[in-house]
Amino acid sequence: MYRIILTRLAQGLLTLLLASIIVFGATEILPGDVAAAILGQSRTEEALAALREEMGLNRPAIERYFDWLGGLLRGDLGTSLATDRPVADMIESRMWNTLRLALLAAAISVPLSLAFGLWSAMRAGGRVDKTLAMTTLALIAVPEFFIGLILMKVFAVELKWLSASANTRPYFDFWQNFRALALPVATLSFAVLAHMMRMTRSSVINIFTSPYMEMAALKGLPKRRLVIRHALPNALSPILTVIALNLSYMVSGVIIVETVFGVPGLTRLLVDAVTLRDIPLIQACAMIFGTVYILLNLLAYVLSIMANPRLRYPK
Amino acid sequence: MSDVSDHGAPRASVFAGLRLTWTAGLAGAILLFWLVLALFGPWIAPHGEAEIISGTTFAPIGEGGLLGTDKLGRDVFSRLIYGVRTTMLLALITTLISFAFGVTLGFAAAILKGWFDVVISRIVEAFMAFPSTLLALVVIGAFGTSITVLVLTVGLVLSTGVFRVSRALGYDIGVMDFVEAARARGEGTWWILTREILPNSMAPLIAEFGLRFTFSILFLSGLSFLGLGVQEPAADWGLMVQENVGGLFLGSSAALIPAACIASLTVSMNLLVDWFQQRQQGETVLEKIDQ
Repeated sequence: MYRIILTRLAQGLLTLLLASIIVFGATEILPGDVAAAILGQSRTEEALAALREEMGLNRPAIERYFDWLGGLLRGDLGTSLATDRPVADMIESRMWNTLRLALLAAAISVPLSLAFGLWSAMRAGGRVDKTLAMTTLALIAVPEFFIGLILMKVFAVELKWLSASANTRPYFDFWQNFRALALPVATLSFAVLAHMMRMTRSSVINIFTSPYMEMAALKGLPKRRLVIRHALPNALSPILTVIALNLSYMVSGVIIVETVFGVPGLTRLLVDAVTLRDIPLIQACAMIFGTVYILLNLLAYVLSIMANPRLRYPK
Repeated sequence: MSDVSDHGAPRASVFAGLRLTWTAGLAGAILLFWLVLALFGPWIAPHGEAEIISGTTFAPIGEGGLLGTDKLGRDVFSRLIYGVRTTMLLALITTLISFAFGVTLGFAAAILKGWFDVVISRIVEAFMAFPSTLLALVVIGAFGTSITVLVLTVGLVLSTGVFRVSRALGYDIGVMDFVEAARARGEGTWWILTREILPNSMAPLIAEFGLRFTFSILFLSGLSFLGLGVQEPAADWGLMVQENVGGLFLGSSAALIPAACIASLTVSMNLLVDWFQQRQQGETVLEKIDQ
């Protein structure tokens, strides 16, 4: 088992390395380098050449890639082009806001989606299942900003119960924090809830259709026992994968939610960096999100082989 | 599992033959409505795409234009009609790009196998190790915002998913007996691909196309909402939401209307795909027990 986990860990590292090549390649080898981006429209050829020399852009791309990668490993994320501040500082001050949003949304959406998914699967074909299926199907296709704006319109603009701005202050008490964070957390939860619930349902149902379940059902076991003892252990690994996938999917959801509610978070920083074409900042943010994503997937894998021993012996 | 389509019920009309549920029927009608608007929009819209019709910004519904005016005093109704074109056309192009790349490489990997499969799969995996929005942001950050960059980026990002699906389909169908039989007959790779694998993977690929189209609308309008997609003065639904968010606090629904339109389009598409997939499947064990 440990060997499989180690192999998987090595694969994860390899993927991360490939991802770093993609990020570096996409942002550095393209026409219009960083120097041109700094100088903007009014650049002269001499200024461009001088800046390129100063920034070491005349060196081969491979050499610069290893410099950048080495910097990342040492925790040196470079300097922002737009603000001239170290990227690490800018990220540090924003990270907590994003993390708090994602953790709160996960704490709400994961248990809810598991409960609803299982309920739906147990009543497959029934009225509850059909209603839930239709609702989630519709919810999946609704853009996050629509959910966010509707919630904002109803609860912040019309009813004035909650705050439309998620910008919290350190001196806020619990109630003020709740008012500020309720809407963004709800929006983010909605975005992943439907997905996770459907995948939970389908992975449980998938197992219901397998021969051993049919056997157990024909033996006359009660439905509850069928679900809890026979279906759930086997369904756990796809469900864990789904959870990890959706937590990482939150990365995309968070981008929209932070913009709608004006959360000063990491993704807002990334979007601003993209607008200003602040390459070092984009690279650093992308690598952070990529690492989180890969780690979550790895975690899902480890948890699922712990839940299901069959996966420890690949064919 | 019984294949329902074998029953050969007498078909009263085309619609009965489709066995539409009411949700699928409604979804189809909505899609048709937007399609007609997209095709004949310029003849229906009372004002131009970027024409300022009123000095009042964020005029409420009924004043100024049919659906009010936006942050610059443009007619929301007209921009909405022009917007459906941009939104649907861009989504269609990106989906076609993703299928052109994804299906070709996916089937090639499934048929050629060996090092080609390994290399392509590894590369796709590395791309998939990144949340798709993030990948698009990185590329847009490097290239800047233009329609060409937008369409190519989103198309390529979406093609990784299409690659996975078509590769899996190719592998699954490739080991079926009828393909073995064709190989034993001495048919060439191209023949097997076009006569055996492609026809048999049509249904899942059509469903995948619908899903990717939905996803692509969400993706593009999300980017436009962030201000990184379609740029003014063009009318795009995602962009319209972004422009008019500020009006929400002034009692204007200029941001909510296009957002609701995007939702109507994507929800309908999803319902239709679901109906299509349901038709292809049998029932689960629990459904059988309950009967």
